[in-house]
Amino acid sequence: MIGNMAAHSVPSTLKRLLFAVKCSPLQSRCCVVQREAQYSTISSPNEKTFDKILIANRGEIACRVIKTCKKMGIQTVAVHSDVDSSAVHVKIADEAVCVGSAPTSKSYLNMDAIMDAIRVTGAQAVHPGYGFLSENKEFAKRLAAEGVAFIGPDTHAIQAMGDKIESKLIAKAAKVNTIPGFDGVVKTAEEAVKIAQQIGYPVMIKASAGGGGKGMRIAWNDEETREGFRFSSQEAASSFGDDRLLIEKYIDNPRHIEIQVLADKHGNALWLNERECSIQRRNQKVVEEAPSTFLDPVTRRAMGEQAVQLAKAVQYSSAGTVEFLVDSKKNFYFLEMNTRLQVEHPITECITGLDLVEQMIRVAKGYQLQHTQEDIPINGWAIECRVYAEDPYKSFGLPSIGRLSQYQEPLNLDKVRVDSGIQEGSDISIYYDPMISKLITYGATRAEALGRMEDALDNYVIRGVTHNIPLLREIITHPRFVSGHISTNFLPEVYPDGFKGHQLEADAKRELLASAAVLYIAAELRSAKVLSTQRVASTPVESSHWELCVELGEERQDVQISKSGTVYTVEIDGAKVEVWGALNLASPLLPLTVNGTHRMLQCLSRDAAGVIVLQYLGTLFKVRVLSKLAAELNSYMPEKASEDTSSILRSPMPGTVVAVSVKPGDTVAEGQEICVIEAMKMQNSLTAIKQAKVKSVHCKPGETVGEGDLLVELE
Amino acid sequence: MAAISVARSSCGLINGFKVSLRSVARVKYGAVSVTVPQTSLHRSCRWYSVSHLSVKERIDQKREAALQGGGQQRIEAQHKRGKLTARERVQLLLDPESFVETDMFVEHRCADFGMEQDRNKFPGDSVVTGRGRINGRLVYVFSQRNVMASGVIPQISLIMGPCAGGAVYSPALTDFTFMVKDTSYLFITGPDVVKSVTNEDVTQEELGGAKTHTTVSGVAHRAFENDIEALLNLREFFNFLPLSNQDPAPIRESHDSSDRLVPSLDNIVPLESTKAYDMLDIIHAIVDEREFFEIMPNYAKNIVVGFARMNGRTVGIVGNQPKVASGCLDINSSVKGARFVRFCDAFNIPIITFVDVPGFLPGTAQEYGGIIRHGAKLLFAFAEATVPKITIITRKAYGGAYDVMSSKHLRGDVNYAWPTAEVAVMGAKGAVQIIFRGKENQAEAEAEYVEKFANPFPAAVRGFVDDIIEPATTRKKICQDLEVLASKKQVNPWKKHANIPL
Repeated sequence: MIGNMAAHSVPSTLKRLLFAVKCSPLQSRCCVVQREAQYSTISSPNEKTFDKILIANRGEIACRVIKTCKKMGIQTVAVHSDVDSSAVHVKIADEAVCVGSAPTSKSYLNMDAIMDAIRVTGAQAVHPGYGFLSENKEFAKRLAAEGVAFIGPDTHAIQAMGDKIESKLIAKAAKVNTIPGFDGVVKTAEEAVKIAQQIGYPVMIKASAGGGGKGMRIAWNDEETREGFRFSSQEAASSFGDDRLLIEKYIDNPRHIEIQVLADKHGNALWLNERECSIQRRNQKVVEEAPSTFLDPVTRRAMGEQAVQLAKAVQYSSAGTVEFLVDSKKNFYFLEMNTRLQVEHPITECITGLDLVEQMIRVAKGYQLQHTQEDIPINGWAIECRVYAEDPYKSFGLPSIGRLSQYQEPLNLDKVRVDSGIQEGSDISIYYDPMISKLITYGATRAEALGRMEDALDNYVIRGVTHNIPLLREIITHPRFVSGHISTNFLPEVYPDGFKGHQLEADAKRELLASAAVLYIAAELRSAKVLSTQRVASTPVESSHWELCVELGEERQDVQISKSGTVYTVEIDGAKVEVWGALNLASPLLPLTVNGTHRMLQCLSRDAAGVIVLQYLGTLFKVRVLSKLAAELNSYMPEKASEDTSSILRSPMPGTVVAVSVKPGDTVAEGQEICVIEAMKMQNSLTAIKQAKVKSVHCKPGETVGEGDLLVELE
Repeated sequence: MAAISVARSSCGLINGFKVSLRSVARVKYGAVSVTVPQTSLHRSCRWYSVSHLSVKERIDQKREAALQGGGQQRIEAQHKRGKLTARERVQLLLDPESFVETDMFVEHRCADFGMEQDRNKFPGDSVVTGRGRINGRLVYVFSQRNVMASGVIPQISLIMGPCAGGAVYSPALTDFTFMVKDTSYLFITGPDVVKSVTNEDVTQEELGGAKTHTTVSGVAHRAFENDIEALLNLREFFNFLPLSNQDPAPIRESHDSSDRLVPSLDNIVPLESTKAYDMLDIIHAIVDEREFFEIMPNYAKNIVVGFARMNGRTVGIVGNQPKVASGCLDINSSVKGARFVRFCDAFNIPIITFVDVPGFLPGTAQEYGGIIRHGAKLLFAFAEATVPKITIITRKAYGGAYDVMSSKHLRGDVNYAWPTAEVAVMGAKGAVQIIFRGKENQAEAEAEYVEKFANPFPAAVRGFVDDIIEPATTRKKICQDLEVLASKKQVNPWKKHANIPL
């Protein structure tokens, strides 16, 4: 059982641990103790599995696997690249081997070096985590050749499920719902209509040879099918020289729901319920939950049973995930099967009480599953937010890098689990995935888990890199998300013009401004508290009433503050806001009670000129607080001309310049590509905002650039 | 006490009306001296010749006129230029209602070029002076540069307008000079004279603007966006300073616990000794509340100096910056460091030094420029300083540069080494090339040298470092040591004054 996360009865030892955690002021320093509390004691302590396991991965998943190994009494070997030599997974493993330099192809994908590490350390098994070599059949083969256990399915299953076309055929044969469709030569429009009617509207029509969504037409009726046929067949012939058309069921408002399966080497397989992963950006999951608000027991069982059928069809063993698209009428269709531990596995652990890593290790050793389908519960609700080092204001997240100058996980809160592989002082580099952690909250109900997630996000201190907590908090509090009305189009539908941060309502704005003003006064009062004796005595500051002016963006508000005891009363915009709380000026966290409501604000910076940057409701706000006099005089200060951003192209993120498409003297049209920057597996084309002549180029292909670096100047 | 000097504007009397443009602000006597030249005077101010008024009425009228400065029109003109009037500046700098003005009735006595006419006379002529308080602590706002006050009270100048000719020595003689970007200039001779003498074309901004003086000449110590930001920062800065050389470094209430561990420091120094890191990251992580008031942040960036607090007590921080020129010492960084160390020593501010220095910068430019003489300033300053001196060697401490950086040999009170410290004559590669010149097996010799010297032990064995400490405990250790050293009394032999190698 996964201790406090899932079980209703928390063993007394765990309670003590949690208690100890809550009382400790040094939150970030006792992560090991805290983490212990987030996992169960293992299910079969006397079962012999392996003596030593090598984890062929890095970051949070390596740490995650090592923790379960420790509980099972298994020695662990970490592998790492040179830049990762002081990473957390290296520190917590029993042994560590450097397998190469920073680029993944030289280290974490370097099979030769990893095989050497296995030989040197005498590891009996390898857990591949996710990504890297986890679905690499060549790696699995090489391990098998040396008699080392691969903690995952066997080569056959990896291969079968690794090929998109083959996996669909196998799924079809195993009676798993696949997206109905037709792939072949369609001669006439009427034939296309006939096919479409058989499939059922809406349908998607495109040239078979066209990749991805290119040239895709959606038809909702016969007329649109005819039109789509004409367009697509012309395109098929002219662009690809290949007449074949693909007519397929179009999934309207699809949800991405996946079933966790667990199978052993004895033909037993279980489904461990679903995970709802519809909140995505650029096909990457951002927020996941288990169970899904959308599935009823009948659909769940149907999906689960099909997933198990597929697993059995490929003699699957270990943990795996069968991904489905689910339409608005709860029809579900097989997408693909991932033959590894998924990133989002913790939410399944929360609601089922199973430790999936432990189960994978047992299965790899050849043990039978301990559970039957009836043993698998859905206990409560779990939500996972992927906390990334990225700027959510740019395309819902462009990578950011830097050093975590301050970092504090919200582990002081109950029923919060943080899977991370970093700590204060760690570098988020351009070499690897920019994920900081997975933040998981659990509750008896969805509302409870969501409420806890809000608190956890507010209590999570991350400094030194830009992160996506503003977006995560907006998602989990958005009415559409709260009501469960989501699809994979959630983000573009909810934020058609891109994410803009939390939009403050009048009340919330008053609270924010009042809090900033109170913080300003607290700092002012403290400035006068000089403890050393001076030859000329300081005059004690006795004021308890102040007139200030607070600015947020273009807005200015006069504010009156009075202090009585520890309570500040702020008059702002005709309303009174009462604020009190621990105004510790050294703490990044600012727990305030504002008009009776507990608010966890964060103070990112406070400068002499009155600029206070606060994180409030997840979003950063820059507030300026000035005395009334300073504010009046401030109106005389000149506006400094800011840089003309239309003629200067700066790198929106750190990365490598892949291509520069212009040279000085060229004339570029609006929207024309100027250069391409690659960062963390993504190529980003940067385009001209206006038509202009290129004045100068400051980058060349292959060069590494930082965020904000000047790339090209236009005239 | 602290003093702010609202200085008399330096321009000649002929330029009487322009005087208002040049504001030189200084802070003196534990006080800030802000030179706040008055804008010109009231046009209709003929009150003093109206003899039938009672003395009382005359006083009131004059006071009224003085408060008006040059009159509404001139105040507006000043505002239009994006500047504040002298009185507004003083008001903003000081605690509300704390200003006590002196010499409000002073008028100029110039009789040439028609200046004697009533319409050219204004009470409180050209400067505003007096005393007040900043966060309750005494400060003088005044106008006279005062060599004798140097080392007695901290003096700060805030340049808020053009300042030229001999007047530039007014701020130059004070301890710190701050400037306002785009509106303040300092030069001995202006662009017109430059043009006529050297035929050089140069703008005021290029010649003596805030950017020039904070990045190229090193004349000014900080620059701020506008009058308001400058004055508010001056208030903040003032909080760090003692009121005089008779006062201890101030201790402000601290919310940051003195025994806070800083685990992020345990892996801040990269494993490769050639790789850079940011010394500011270490400083921010160690000091109270991550507050560091950096002095000359854009000049000689290979050394970092500035003020911070440890458990509430003001300290001066000096650190090599590996991010810039590997943190080597050169002429500019030596002078920057030396002046800062001497200020701290003069005003009882303990000095904490973070060392990661590969040596002095070699080359003809440096030798011809007199690196020996200038490097000696830093050596001299650290050696003569009698305030508590705590030194942390984070990585390289090579050769003479190690010696200079507040080493044990210069009477350092507590000298720590991190486990990554390498105290040696030079790096392994350079040493091996010299010691084993022409020999084969250079790599082996290098490995041996690294094993022997690229670690803190040789220095610890000889007592050059007092302890090898876990980086995470650095803050805690410094705070404890400062408590113990608070009672340190060290007296240098009597002398008229020392002869620092200038």
